[in-house]
Formats: sequence, structure tokens, C-alpha cells
Amino acid sequence: MAESLAASLDLTPLRSILAAHADAGRSALLPVLLETQAHYGYLPQAVTAEIAHRLGVPLAEVHGVIEFYALLYNKPVGRTVLRVCTDPACALRGGDAVLAAACAVAGVEEGETSADGAVTVERSPCLGHCNSGVSVNVTFGKPQRNITFAHVTPDTVEELIEGRGRTTADFWSEDYVGGDLSIVTPLCGRGRRTRLVEYEAVGGMQALRKALTTMTPAAVIEAMHQADLLGRGGAAFPTWAKWDGAARAPEQPKYFVINADESEPGTFKDRVLLEGDPCRVLEGAIIGAYAIGASRIYIYIRGEYPLAIERVEAALQELRAAGYLGENILGSGFSVDVEIRSGAGAYICGEETALFESIEGKRGFPRVKPPFPTTHGLFGKPTAINNVETLAQTPYILIHGPDAFQRLGAAESTGPKLLCVSGDVVRPGLYEIGFGATLRHLIENLAGGVIGGKLQAMLIGGAAGAFATPAELDTPITFQGLRAAGLTLGSGAIMVFNDTRDLRDILRRLARFFAHESCGKCYPCQLGTQRQYEILERVASGVPLPGDVDRLRDVGWTMSDASLCGLGQTAAAAIFSAMKRWPQLFENGKVQ
Amino acid sequence: MSEVTLTIDGQTVTAAEDATILQAAGTLGIDIPTICYHAACTANAICRLCVVEVEKQRLLQPACVTQVRAGMVVHTRSERVERSRRTILEMLDSAVDLSDAPEIQAQMAEYSAQLNRFPDAARRTPAPIDDNPMYIRDYAKCVLCWRCVQVCAEDAQYTFALSFDGRGFETQIGTFFDLPMPETTCVFCGQCVGVCPTGALKPRREWLLEQGKTPDEIMELTRAERRKSRRAKK
Repeated sequence: MAESLAASLDLTPLRSILAAHADAGRSALLPVLLETQAHYGYLPQAVTAEIAHRLGVPLAEVHGVIEFYALLYNKPVGRTVLRVCTDPACALRGGDAVLAAACAVAGVEEGETSADGAVTVERSPCLGHCNSGVSVNVTFGKPQRNITFAHVTPDTVEELIEGRGRTTADFWSEDYVGGDLSIVTPLCGRGRRTRLVEYEAVGGMQALRKALTTMTPAAVIEAMHQADLLGRGGAAFPTWAKWDGAARAPEQPKYFVINADESEPGTFKDRVLLEGDPCRVLEGAIIGAYAIGASRIYIYIRGEYPLAIERVEAALQELRAAGYLGENILGSGFSVDVEIRSGAGAYICGEETALFESIEGKRGFPRVKPPFPTTHGLFGKPTAINNVETLAQTPYILIHGPDAFQRLGAAESTGPKLLCVSGDVVRPGLYEIGFGATLRHLIENLAGGVIGGKLQAMLIGGAAGAFATPAELDTPITFQGLRAAGLTLGSGAIMVFNDTRDLRDILRRLARFFAHESCGKCYPCQLGTQRQYEILERVASGVPLPGDVDRLRDVGWTMSDASLCGLGQTAAAAIFSAMKRWPQLFENGKVQ
Repeated sequence: MSEVTLTIDGQTVTAAEDATILQAAGTLGIDIPTICYHAACTANAICRLCVVEVEKQRLLQPACVTQVRAGMVVHTRSERVERSRRTILEMLDSAVDLSDAPEIQAQMAEYSAQLNRFPDAARRTPAPIDDNPMYIRDYAKCVLCWRCVQVCAEDAQYTFALSFDGRGFETQIGTFFDLPMPETTCVFCGQCVGVCPTGALKPRREWLLEQGKTPDEIMELTRAERRKSRRAKK
């Protein structure tokens, strides 16, 4: 079988891909697998064996990597692959109906390929277009292209199949960007990428020039310290502490990593930044690399964000041509360049150590901490890793000073914050506010209020977040204010549900998300996310078993207390918050 | 090597500064349960059965990899610890055939884990793989402790025949494109069978005896297989 396959395969594309990457060894595994699959449509055994041989990776481990990532296939799939988002934000807009329509058009069940090999239909986790769902990620063509479409309906999903309409035309989402402030997002939401010259025209790259030509690395870190910039990816860790730790670590070389694996359900801010104003993010990263003395920057962008990948690549070319990247940047003697890495369908790779493993060409298993990335990060070397939005904040701090930055926010939550509002509001979109504004201001004034009914609930912080009730509308949006209310800001996702929505269905989808995205490494999460999903399926159908509430508690606490990484530790958070606020949802009850 | 003093379950103990909580507890005769841990393998802290409560730490800590620190106060049987251990064992029992895992059965009794705590739970029930003359792979009994993968790789043999299929609950130990073991890099060293804690990997002869075959029948079977294999080679 293997031999006959090999005989019919043209290995020329594989050879040229390998020739371009072979020197990088195992670290090139994911890029090579993605490029190779784009040529062959999947990863045939003979082709995979050749990749393993040339990159010096054991055969079994290459197989394990392919098996881990949802966007990699070791069996043939359809010429068009439709991945329909049915997570909460898209579900409110009819994700299930779009999935059903896609299956009907293809004549398949979900997860299957049509008999003629034309179409594969899959259910997808959140695709980060929550303000413009239903979104569908589509792979098609030869060599394959990948596009994430927005505003898809049951009537239009057929047009996404190759040869039936839309895949040849541009059909990008338009993001609504608004808010009280425009510090980070002035050049976003315009339906196109802001070019370097435009960014420079409004003062862009001046912060990098200032840092490299007038500041020591230590002074840059001190500015971040004074500004009290907290990480915007979800953990709210002080940025300066990461930079300081990596700067002080004695080992060389050092790496700077931009975490653009945005996958938290309801979150799309990093995509909007990278699609609209990538130079700002990259400027922040070059400043960070200078601060810690990194010789290389990696930006790891989730595989379902092809437009962001394309636009960051274009921005990098402009930055290199203008002398902001490469050797001896701006005559400072500091040299660094950026390498883009695409994810391949794994939420867990947003966890920093899993992300390192992925860049290293492995399954995205989180590592045991300590040791921490500042001393043992990417390739075991000192590494600073920051979220996209965090880095987009840094140029302002250097130009306008830490005090000005602090004044934009509240006491302990400084600066501006991007909030991703989706669900039942008049204007779903990305809102830039100063910390301290209330949820009421965000939802009623900025997003235009609730539609389709009265406000029932808000899910704050994504799947790993917590539910708030209308009684909590006057809570100030700060890390501390939300924590005091038993909430968490997390990644800045705020999903709004009106009172016609069945929250049990939302809970079921959150549980399914975690079960799908658990890496399987530690037992509490590997087993607990599955058991939690099964129980919530019963809850959502209105017929939980006696004892299910106790089971949910034990499973949830065990995941929260004993899991190895943040995924498992937060996999029960939203469910717990719902149990506290609406205990009746978990009792026997007819579904509306 | 300098030493540190800490408290475990109210008892003071002095241990080398690079010792783990598991090791320090061992010197006191305190038994912390483990599943994935094996003295000859790299500890990965994946089963989490060894979690303990360390004062001033928000989360439970895996004793197999957490290093002791001066002044540390550890509780190995607190309510939180007991709940996590019991629930992990109950969830494992709901997913995997533990009939050949007497140590885990004893742990279930010790922690009052209920059998069938999770009704209607999906179980992992792949058919046994009988693809080589040496050993059987019955992954319905596999608890994903990773020991076999580790000894096949850098922890011992550097053979790299094993990796993983799938992820999350759907994870299973697998080979390159799920090839039968004789077509992989496996050298049949048997180390994976030696470290398997649950009978998922076992010598084929033992397995055939369990299936009710007599020694004579097994001899006849293996002879027939050898003849067949010789003919295939010619």
C-alpha cells in the first residue's frame, strides 16, 4: 500500500519544501507539514516518512504530531474542507443551522468526506470572528489556500465550496472597532492593513527609535514597571517582570515570542490588531527583544487566522526594507529578526509552554512549571512571551510616558483595554476603553444595548471566564473590580445573552470546547473535560441524573485544583459561576 | 549538597535541597500514591494522583516533581487532596478497564472511590492488538501513564517506535501510521511491557494462557505462525 502510494506521488514539491527547511531540523516540522499538506491535500505515509528522515525526527513522533493538530490530516480529505464554528457566539447566530446546511449540501454527516471527494465538513471550535458570525474556515484549491469567512448563513454556505462561488472572491469580515479611546486601535477596523508609511505618519516607530537610540534595555524595562502594564492575554502578569527575568537570565541566546494563538472563545482582539495594524504590534515586540537582549523573535499565529499571517508577513517585509529589522537596527548595534510560525489547530498552544513545544516541532503538551520561560523557555533558553495586545500597548508608554499610560486606566489596572463584545447586542465589535468603565457603559452605550430581549447574562473572559448577571452591570471593568465580583477579565471577551437564550445550551458548548481542546496530558483534564461535557449534555437536554450536581462539583474542583496547566485549571470556571448564579439550571427541567 | 527542613503532615523532615516532596515523604514513611511515576523514568506529573496541599500555594502540587523548600508546610491527606485523588480514580475507572491493575484497585479502596460513579460515561474500548509474536497491546486497559513511550525513547531504549494517536480523552498510544509492530522500529526489547502498570502490555504467552489456551495449544499456534512467516519470506 505504502509503495503503491509512493509510486503515484510526485515528490518534487516535497523536495523543494524540504530543501528550504531541512537545515532547521525538528523545529521546521510544523511549517514543513503545513506546506506539504498544502501540496498533497493531506500527509501521505511515504511523504511523511521522507519528512521524518530529512528533519531527523523519529517516525512515530511525526505521526504523533500530525495526530495532535486538528488542521493536519494523515488520511485524504475533501478538496474543500469546511470548518463551521458552532461555539457560543456563532451558535447565537445559527452555527448549528449552517453546519447542518453544509452537511446537507455535501451529503455527509459532520466529520465526513463526500463520496466524490469534493467536500469534508467539520465542526470547528471558535474561529475568532465572534462579532461577525457565523464563521467558517475553508481550505480549498491546489496548492491549498485557507480563508476564514464571516457572516455565513445556511443559504450561502454552499458558495464556500470550491467552484461554487465565493472562494475565488474576497469575502473578509469587516470588524466594527469603537470605544472611548483610540490609543491602540486608531488604525484598525478599516477593512485593510495599515502600511508602515501610514503608521510612521502618525508617529509609529518613534518609540522603537527612542528605545534603541536613547534608552538602555534596563530603562525600557523600568518604563514598563512604572507603567504597571499587565499582560492582556488573560493571566494579567506584569510585563516588566517577564522582561526583567529574561534580561537577567545568564544563558544565551534569548528569544522573544509573540503569542498570537488567540483561540479563547469570544476573543478576536489580537486578530483585529494583526489584520489592521501589524506594525504597532511588531514595534512593541522589537522593543521587548531589545529590552531582554533577544536575538530572534517568533510570532506564533493561530492557523485559522490566514489573513493575519499574510498581513504580518507583508508588514515584516516593509519593516526589513525600512531598516527596523535585521542587522544593526537604526544604527544602534542591536540586531533582530522575526519568524512567523503558524499554528495548526490547537487551543492549548496558546499556553506559553505548549506554544514553545509546538515551535520546537512537538505535540503541544504544556510543560511542568517551574522552571519558567524567563530562564527555560523556547529551546530551553531564556524567553519572554507576550500577548499581541500587550505589545501593542508598549509604544505609547515609551512615547507618552508611564504616567500618561496610567492615567488612561484605573488605579491598579493601568492603560487602555480592548474588549471583544459579541452576542445579543446592537453593535458587536472591538471596543477600546480605559480601565474603570462599567459593564453597563460598555453594553448599553458603546455596544448599543441588548437586542432580542432583556439582558439575561454576560460571559466575561471567554470559555475560561465566568458568567455575570444584570445585577453586576455596574461593576467597573478592572482586573481587581471584576475579581471582587467573583469574575475575571481573562482575555477581554464579553458575550451577551438575552433572556430568550437557554444558558444550558451555552454551558454544553463551553464544555464541548474544553473536551475537544484538552491535550490529554494530565488525568484531571483529559478525563474531567470529557466527564464534564457528558454531564452538561444531560443538563442541556433537561434530564440530568440524580447526583449530577455533585459529580460536576467533584470533577470541576479536581480539574481546578490538580490540573497541570491553565486549560484544565479553568475548564470548570464558567460552569461553576453558572451553578452559583442559576442553580435551578442544573435541576430536572423541560427545555424551552 | 545542602539540606532543607520542612513539615509534612505535622512531622518535621530534613531532605536534600533537590529532593522532591515524594522522596521527602518517603523518608517519613508517608505513602503518597502515584500511577504514572516510575523511578526509572522521567517524572512528568501527569496522573496528578500524587498531588498534595502546600500551604501558601493556590493549587495542589504534584509531589513527584515539586522540590522541597525550607519551611514548606505540606499536607498529604487534606480534604482537597482526598477529593482530587478520589475523583481522578473514579474518572479513570469510568474510562479504562482496571481489572489487571491491582495497585490502582487498592488505591480506589484506600480513597473510597465509588465504582461506576459516572453512569453513561464514554469508555476507551479499542480491541486488543495482536500483531507480533512477543507482546499484546490491549489499550482498553491503558491509563496513558506514558511509561512505555518514555522507555521506548530517551528514558531507555532510543527506539522511538511509540507515540500518540489523537489528543484529549481520545488519546491512545500508537505507532507510525498505526503500522503493525514488526513494521516499526520496535526491537522487541520488552522494556515497555516491563513498565506497564495496568496489563495493557503483556507477554503474548501470558495473554494466550489467560484466553484459556493450554501450553500445548500455544506451542502449536506459534509453530504454525513461524511456518507461515517463513513461507511469506520465501
